[in-house]
Amino acid sequence: MAAARPFYNALFRRNWQMLGAVFGGAFAFEMVYDTSMNKLWDNLNRGRQWKDIRSKYVEEE
Amino acid sequence: MLARSGLRSTRILNGARNGATAFTKRSISSNSRASTESPMKLNVTVAASTALAIGSVAWYYHLYGSTAHAMTPAEEGLHPTAYPWVHQQWLKTFDHQTLRRGFQVYREVCAACHSLSRVPYRTLVGTILTVDEAKELAEENEYDTEPNDEGEIEKRPGKLSDYIPAPYKNDEAARAANNGALPPDLSLIVKGRHGGCDYIFSLLTGYPEEPPAGAQVGAGLNFNPYFPGTGIAMARVLYDGLVEYEDETPASASQMAKDVTEFLNWAAEPEMDDRKRMGVKVLTVTAVLFALSVWVKRYKWATLKSRKIVYDPPKGASNNVRS
Repeated sequence: MAAARPFYNALFRRNWQMLGAVFGGAFAFEMVYDTSMNKLWDNLNRGRQWKDIRSKYVEEE
Repeated sequence: MLARSGLRSTRILNGARNGATAFTKRSISSNSRASTESPMKLNVTVAASTALAIGSVAWYYHLYGSTAHAMTPAEEGLHPTAYPWVHQQWLKTFDHQTLRRGFQVYREVCAACHSLSRVPYRTLVGTILTVDEAKELAEENEYDTEPNDEGEIEKRPGKLSDYIPAPYKNDEAARAANNGALPPDLSLIVKGRHGGCDYIFSLLTGYPEEPPAGAQVGAGLNFNPYFPGTGIAMARVLYDGLVEYEDETPASASQMAKDVTEFLNWAAEPEMDDRKRMGVKVLTVTAVLFALSVWVKRYKWATLKSRKIVYDPPKGASNNVRS
């Protein structure tokens, strides 16, 4: 129980702290989840998507 | 049905055989007169009524039991083979190299008769062509401008926002050029045909060398078993080596059919790649949330589910428990 004390002070003590934690957590989770799922998706579809074959057809760069 | 009538007949037969117990049986049996008649007549009656019952059921089934088809199998068309399309798996996108080849087949072969009127050039950018290629392709065609100051409508080269032009001005022109048959627009053909990709692939590769003996092929029609009615106005178009692929894939007829089918699937469902990617994300999160909610429910209900209710009767009051 004593270990939970810093969490309580940082997150739940005041309402704005709680709200901030919820919104910030949602934002961070969304970014991390999206990036990792996109990576997984690109890995499952390696060589099939346009970005994989684009380099063959783009002339400049 | 049969079993129940069989039971009843044995009951009747028993009643007839045991004359001594006939009186008691009479009150039970529904057919009270049966016990007084001779066994021979009874047997005949039972056999006749059973035959009548079976016969009427058989006659009813003959009339109404079998599946009714509005069309003959030839009019339905042969069912297409189910092919293992990779792009139809849950976790797979379109193979965009295939789409590029398929678009080449469409442009060089199909576009002579079939329009693709719901696909603008801009959708090809970043899926099949680069921007420069798509612009170059669009500029090959002329489109009407807005009316100028004199109200004249002039021509301008195509832009990315223009739609791929149709080979004919309108349906009537298309019919007139094709012996009265209208080549359907291919934008949504994969969604619009029963069997989808399988049907289109089977149709394109399913033309036999010559129609089978006895098949009725109308004038100007070609035989294809997969086409409903088997008489199709489109002749076989895909032959080995018809197209020269830029990525040097051997252009066999089935390769071209497969590429163009996947391309047409893309034309009908350009959102498929994104839809599946989003679907994976949603299903994963939903699965976790569902598991969580199951756990919470079990946690909350644990006290209710694990309690035990015991009735402890009052001591020495065996005669009036209820009081």
